[in-house]
Formats: sequence, structure tokens, C-alpha cells
Amino acid sequence: MSPIYGIVALPLLAGGVLALVPGYRLGAWLNVAASGLTLLLSLLLFAREPGADALFVVDAFNIYLVVLTCFVGFTTSIFSATYIGHEIAVGKLKPLNLRFYHAMYQAFMFTMLLALSANNLGVMWVAVEGATLTTVLMVSLYRTAESIEAAWKYFILCGVGIALALFGTILMYLAAQPVMGPGMAAMTWTELMRFVAKVDPAILNLAFVFLLVGYGTKVGLAPLHAWLPDAHAEGPTPISAVLSGLLLNVALYAVLRFKMLLAANGAALSPGPLMVTMGLASLTLAGFMLYRRRDIKRFFAYSSIEHMGIITFAFGMGGPLANFAGLLHMAMHSLTKSAIFYAVGHVTQAKGTQAIDKIRGLTISHPALGWGLLVGVVAIAGLPPFGIFMSEFLLITSTFAREPLLALPLTAGVLLAFGALVLRVQQLCFGEAEGESQPIHGSLVPLYAHLGLVLVAGVWLPGPLVAWFQTVAHLLG
Amino acid sequence: MHDLGYDAAHLLGAVVLLMSFALLYQRRLFALLHVFTAQALALSAAAAWQGYIQHAPHLYVTALLTLGLKAIVMPVALHRIVVKLNIHRTIEPALSVGLTMLAGVSLVTLSILLVMPVTESASALTREDLALSLSVVLLGLLMMITRRNAVSQVVGFMSIENGLILAAVGVAGMPLIVEMSIAFSVMVAFIVFGIFLFHIRERFDTLDMQKIESFRGESH
Repeated sequence: MSPIYGIVALPLLAGGVLALVPGYRLGAWLNVAASGLTLLLSLLLFAREPGADALFVVDAFNIYLVVLTCFVGFTTSIFSATYIGHEIAVGKLKPLNLRFYHAMYQAFMFTMLLALSANNLGVMWVAVEGATLTTVLMVSLYRTAESIEAAWKYFILCGVGIALALFGTILMYLAAQPVMGPGMAAMTWTELMRFVAKVDPAILNLAFVFLLVGYGTKVGLAPLHAWLPDAHAEGPTPISAVLSGLLLNVALYAVLRFKMLLAANGAALSPGPLMVTMGLASLTLAGFMLYRRRDIKRFFAYSSIEHMGIITFAFGMGGPLANFAGLLHMAMHSLTKSAIFYAVGHVTQAKGTQAIDKIRGLTISHPALGWGLLVGVVAIAGLPPFGIFMSEFLLITSTFAREPLLALPLTAGVLLAFGALVLRVQQLCFGEAEGESQPIHGSLVPLYAHLGLVLVAGVWLPGPLVAWFQTVAHLLG
Repeated sequence: MHDLGYDAAHLLGAVVLLMSFALLYQRRLFALLHVFTAQALALSAAAAWQGYIQHAPHLYVTALLTLGLKAIVMPVALHRIVVKLNIHRTIEPALSVGLTMLAGVSLVTLSILLVMPVTESASALTREDLALSLSVVLLGLLMMITRRNAVSQVVGFMSIENGLILAAVGVAGMPLIVEMSIAFSVMVAFIVFGIFLFHIRERFDTLDMQKIESFRGESH
């Protein structure tokens, strides 16, 4: 039996158990243990041949995303264990809230892993819907006016997005059903990939538009991004880390699976221009919005929109090089952005505020944390020698070679965001330390582990990873 | 010549759409809930009829779920919430009847123009069912945009889901899992909305989303 069964089942079981565990300390460590065990199981995937059955599919595309999700889930659970201790101490959360929080955390991991590994369009949709529900509940955890407003906005926007995605899924089945006959086969990824060449391209096109808008809402693409900054800013910081690091990737994964179907069909419309436009719009909008942010979590949430824009642009361009850059960027952004949110979580607890203009001189008051944040921002801004520099460099050079006119707005957007990041990080990290300042208790290991990986990926990529990326880049068309 | 199966399916789909139009201009919350109940009843009948003409027994399950959850449980629960929160006298600013009809008719035209040409390979029944259900989805979106009250937004959201079920039952042989999941997710969604309605009331003493939206994370 493939380890994927265990990988999906374990978080579900853990979620059930955590709902019953009374003490929050025990709950936090069980959460870490369950996430760690899931990570170990996911490493077993490397030992086996990729394959598919009626329920799950493991191939070159999702294997690295499954392992990445388990890894970020594990490190975030460590960060979360130290983070919530402080929230309890200052009275922002009650132990009962945390019981709910830990159960929801594992339920969220379950839906993410199910969405990534399901071999069925319907099951994937249900999983993404479940992920929306669990994260809505976690965003409203603090029960403040702002957090409830953020959760409401999140639910309404993503609920509509999910509804449109379901309409697209139904259309996809309608397109496949005349060729493949009624029943489960017409909703199974591996079967669809075999028969999609014979499917009527007109319905496929219509379905893709609904799916792009629907799942695109969850990716946070402009103009459907309005929920994203609020949800990141008002929820607990570990949730901001998994929202940016995992959920956006999974929603994008869903869009890309459908793009593969269109590419394999041949006669269907090329999704490139749509995705390039949405990507550029997100990138440019987020670039400008970054300058106006006064809340540190909102600031980095806009940076996530920017990077999702870059990734969508890359897949919209298509071709082996741009697709390769997009896949690499997905992994690098996930690692770097969650690392930044770990740092931001410690910063907001040490300074007691999320307002950027009240945070100064972090490298003096909290050297390890301040430099960690600085390195994270340098990495996310796309400076060498980090992994994001690699992927952005690949993307920009390949775009200049093929479509110089499109490369101009892309470069402008990247530079715009770069300026905002450098400007703000200087204020945050340097100068005189002011205001409230408490020592931090949490562990900085997750932060530096992520940054270390991003650094290594910038210098050297392992051979099997490159081979997978190349296979998938080919399939994406 | 068209047979009875086709005509009845068409009629029931059209009733669902008609109820969507009626939802658009209801100003009172109770009236809104009554129209929504009527829509759910029509949808349930449409699903059962599709089960009969397609010889697909699992569609009867869908029909029963729709009947139970959307025509009975949800309207009753929402009714209680409205009474409990004492907002049943609220008169909402909705669009005028004329304007609503104009916008609604344009959306229906749009969905027919969109669906009909691309689905030439499918059967006539499926195509028209799809056009009707896309119209219901679009009208639900319009309703969510024009309404401010949280309860009306929930009703708009559920009418979108009604449109999706109408689409799913119209496509031959769609596996049960999708219908089940829709029913399930709506139920969960309802719980979430329920939690929200109470918390919003507790925190803001209002269900008017426009007032709540003035709270911004960056207003300091």
C-alpha cells in the first residue's frame, strides 16, 4: 500500500484526537508529533515508484508539493507551539480556543494533502472547500471585530470562488462524459489525461475560465485578492504562515492540473494570455500597494500576492524554462514566506504591535531575530544567492528572449516590490530601538532551517528535483 | 416532437430560475426566506424528475437531501435566527423591481449566449439545463452584491448552490459524490454562517455588513 494513505489519514486522526485533548501544552506537542510523523511518512514517497489508483495519484508534479506541505506543516507546528504559549500568557487566547485551534490545524493539513493527492476532480474540490472552512474558523479565532470582518470577507469571496470552481468542474465532466461514458472515470485525473485529446475543446475552454476564476480567487490573484491581506493580518501568525506557504500553492496546483488537461487536448484555447494578464495585474497592484501598508502582516500578505502574480505569469508564459522557473518559485516562495511569518510572529509578540512605524532597530534589540527577518526579506526580494533569485532570473531572461514587451512590465513590477521591501526592512531592522521590547521565548530554529534550505536551493538543486521539474514543465505545455 | 420528460424538466428548471428573480427584489427577510423555500422545493422536484427520466436512483437521494436541508432545515433555522436577533422588521434597500428585472434579464441572456454555442455536442436537455443553472448562479451573485444584510447574503450564497445542484443533476451520470459533497458543504457552511451571525451580532449590534466593513485593519 502506498504511504500516501497514511499521509492523508494521519492528520485526520490527529485532528480527531486533538479535539479531545484538554491541556493546551499537551495539545501543542501532540500537534508537533503528528506533523513530524506525517513528514516522515511523506519521505517514504521517495522510496517508491510513483503511481496512481482509484483514490490517489502520486506523480512528479505533486510529490514535491506533498513533501513541501508536510515540511512546512511540521516547522509551523513547532513555531505555533512556542507562539501560542505567549498568546495564552498575555490572555489573548483561552485554552478552549486552542483545543479547537489544534484540531483545525490538523484538519487543515488533511484537506491540503487530500487536495494535492486526490485522483479525482470532485474529491479535490471537496478538499479545497474544506480547507476554506477550516481556515475561516482559524482566522476568526481571536473573536475581535477585525478578525470576524476578515473571516466574513474571506468566506464570502472564497465561497463564491469555490462555487464557480464547482461549476467549472461540472462543465469538465460534461465535456469528458460523451467520450468516456458516464461514471467515475470521467472525473479521474489519470483517466482524463488519457482521453482528453478526443474531448470537445469548446466546453473545455468554458470550463477552464470558470476554474481559473474560481480557484484563482483562492490563489489571491487580482482583482479577486481582497480577502487575502485581511485574512493574513487578523488571524494567528502560524495561520498566516500556512495560508501563504501552503494554501495559495494548493489552489494554484488545482489550476495547473486543469491547464495540463488543456495542454494535452491540443485544440483548446491557450490559457497563457489569461494567466499572464492576471499575473501581471496582481504583480503591479501588489507592488504599488506595498508602499502604503502600515501593518507588518498586511505588508507581507501583499508580498504574497506579488509572488503569486509572478508564478502565475510564469505558467502563463509556458515553455520548459518559464514553467521550470514557476515550479521552483512556488517551492522557494513557500519556504521563504513562511519563514518571514515566523519572524514576524516573534516580532509582533516582542513589540506588542503590528504597526510598522512602531517597530524600529530590531537588529539591535533582538539580534538573532532581526537578522533572520532581514535575511528573509533579502531572499524574498529576489537577491542572490537565494533560491528566489534563481527562479526570477530564469523567468525574466526567458521572457526577454521570447516576448521582450512582456518582460518590461514584469521587470518593473519586480523592481517596484523590491523597492518597497528594501525601504521597509531598513526601518524595521536598523536605527535606534524604540518602544516596548520584550525578550522572545520562541525557538528560531524553524526560521533558520527554512532560510538555510532557500540558500542551498539558490546554490545547488538536487538532481531528482530538477528531473521532476523538467517532466512537469513539459506536461504543462 | 418533445416528450413529457423534456417538457417537465424544462418547466421545473424554469421555476427555479423564476424564484431567483423573485429573490432579487424581496425587501423583507421573511418574504426572502419564503421565496428561498419555494426555490428549494422546485429544485428538489427537478432533481427527482431528472432521476426518473435518467433512470438514476441516486438523484432521488439528492432530491431528498435538497428537500430536507434546503426546504426545511435551513429556512426554519434562519427564521429562528431572524426572530431571535429581532431583525424581522428590517426593510432592506434592494434594487427597484424594474432595474432588477433589467439586470436579471441581461444576465440570463448572457448565460444563454455563453452556454448554447459551446455545448452543441451535448443533448438539448443538458444544454438548456446548464443555461438555466448558470443563470441561477449569476442571479445569486447579483443578489450577494446588492444586499447588505448578512442573512440576505447567506440566502444569496445558498441560491448559488441551488444553481450548482441544478447543473449537476442535469448532466447525465454525474457521480453521486459531487451532490453529496454539495449538500454536505452547504450544511457546514450553514454552521459557519450561523456562528458568524451570532458573533457579528454580539460584537457590532448589527447585521448590516456596510457598517461592519468600515472596520479596517489600518484605520489607526
